[in-house]
Amino acid sequence: MTMTPLLRVEGLTRDFVTKKDLFGRATAKLRAVNDVSFEIAPGETLGLVGESGSGKSTTGRLVLRLDDATDGRIFFEGQEITGLRGGGLAPIRKKLQVVFQDPYSSLNPRMRVGESVGEPLSVHGVVANASERRDAVAELFRKVGLDPRFMDRFPHQFSGGQRQRIGIARAVALSPKLIVADEPITALDVSIQAQIINLFLDLQEQMGMAYLFIAHDLGMVRYLCHRVAVMLRGRIVEMGPTDQVFANPQHGYTRALISAAPIPDPDRELLRRRLPYELVPPPEGAQLAEVAPGHWVLAA
Amino acid sequence: MPLLEVNDLAVRFDTADGSIHAVNGVSYSLEAGETLGVVGESGSGKSVHVLSMLGLIPKPPGKIVRGTARFNGRDLLAMSEGELRDIRGNEIGMIFQDPMTSLNPVLSVRTQITEALICHRKMGRAAAKQRAIELLDLVGIPDPHKRVNQYPHEFSGGMRQRVMIAIGIACEPKLLIADEPTTALDVTVQAQVLDLMRDLKKKLGMAMIWITHDMGVVAGIADNIQVMYGGRIMERGPTRAVFHDTRSAYTYGLLRSLPDHDAPVVVDAQGRRPRLSQIPGQPPDMFKPQAGDPFAPRNPYATERCLVEAPPLQQAPGGAPGHMVAAWYDLRSVREKAA
Repeated sequence: MTMTPLLRVEGLTRDFVTKKDLFGRATAKLRAVNDVSFEIAPGETLGLVGESGSGKSTTGRLVLRLDDATDGRIFFEGQEITGLRGGGLAPIRKKLQVVFQDPYSSLNPRMRVGESVGEPLSVHGVVANASERRDAVAELFRKVGLDPRFMDRFPHQFSGGQRQRIGIARAVALSPKLIVADEPITALDVSIQAQIINLFLDLQEQMGMAYLFIAHDLGMVRYLCHRVAVMLRGRIVEMGPTDQVFANPQHGYTRALISAAPIPDPDRELLRRRLPYELVPPPEGAQLAEVAPGHWVLAA
Repeated sequence: MPLLEVNDLAVRFDTADGSIHAVNGVSYSLEAGETLGVVGESGSGKSVHVLSMLGLIPKPPGKIVRGTARFNGRDLLAMSEGELRDIRGNEIGMIFQDPMTSLNPVLSVRTQITEALICHRKMGRAAAKQRAIELLDLVGIPDPHKRVNQYPHEFSGGMRQRVMIAIGIACEPKLLIADEPTTALDVTVQAQVLDLMRDLKKKLGMAMIWITHDMGVVAGIADNIQVMYGGRIMERGPTRAVFHDTRSAYTYGLLRSLPDHDAPVVVDAQGRRPRLSQIPGQPPDMFKPQAGDPFAPRNPYATERCLVEAPPLQQAPGGAPGHMVAAWYDLRSVREKAA
């Protein structure tokens, strides 16, 4: 690709200290994210899948700069943001937003939802006064499928799906270039999940932002994402165009993951054969190799 | 005589903010050896109706408004706490969603498995320990002689759920109730636990009520499916009939909203991805008693009558025997007209 990627991460690594000695020195550590590299193009959706403890959420937090990497570099629009803090990060924050799993715990329960959604507009000086702000918030409400008359209500007065729409309205308020969505549909009722996935698709078409979509539901990832990266024990074991990875998974763990997903059809479900995979950490020093254009697999 | 016969069960929670009408007249029966998948989302009443039968909802605020639940001919709802205690963990086994909070962290696995055997089956300690080892082996825990003396934190999430299953089946129950037993597990571990449950069902011949929100999970394990919404049964019937000859608009919408696992995602000429078929609207407000069909406000096929009068659960016209639906509309004819 000759175009500058929107986001590029190189060799991202994060160690957590799990044991300390008497003097506070680390005696044991857990490598939650291990030498992770990927790019996201403008307007693209990269799915990050894996099981609990695979490091997918930690990767998202590192990209958002909510957490500091032990090693590796992060570039946003070509600019290195790895070491930026405080004021240096402010212009980046405007373009890099987040949607969390549980909208209830990420919204201030004492703030009217319209204020929560409008807050980033005031902080970044996008609106001049209160009436401009109300208009902008009303427009955002319509964009995410909420009635603007609900602006003055509090978070507890909404259902889970509506709260996630509020969280999304807040994330898109500043027209960001990239949204990191960390399991945004996991906590929602099944009948609401499709609504939110469709909303992500609609907003991307209207506004052209890219997504880093962290999830464990492979079916939804397949539907939403242009490319997918599979994580295991902190490493990306396979990455490529979504259709290709699902149709022709190369890594044993990817195959196991796809074969384990139950199919909502009794006839097909009875024919499904689960492929076992011994969960072992990928060998130290193993590298991703390109098996087809853009399709990378970690050498066993 | 069916193993379990629930008749017109209604449960309400009286809270400071008002009454939650959690279960609104649920009736069904379960035969010995049958596996029933109870599917619904949060607030559908799928868990509460079962917990209230077992005397496991806090009273107050919970209140059983009406109904009976006959297990082997005896009404569970009329039993004293002592009588229920004799049945729970004995004739009716239970497995819950989160093994970390359901297992006691300070007691060894052995103590927790043998408790039911000593209490209900009057086994001696040595015999109970032997049985605990057999059970751990049965649920696929390697090295059971050693593992039986360990504590919950020494087990992985999947292994802990296997321990929960061992406790649930310890007294060879006639009925095993599994409330979202695989929801908290990773997908590969969930697949292993599902395989185990299919296997155990064959070996032990017990009836099972499997409560879940995931249509995929019950597709491969249930003989019959019961779909709940707003505290009512919307549809019930043989698994294949419910999936392939769907009669409730809610079940239909739910199944259509799931992404197809096999079909390729076809992108149009502008590079736009297709949309999922979505159910419009929000789940019902359980504080308000529903006059009509609780799904009616979200149902594109709803009739005037659906909004004001709750439909009874009846044999689906022209459907498989035992395929019941609660609907004033006929999903077959509206779908034919649409096609």
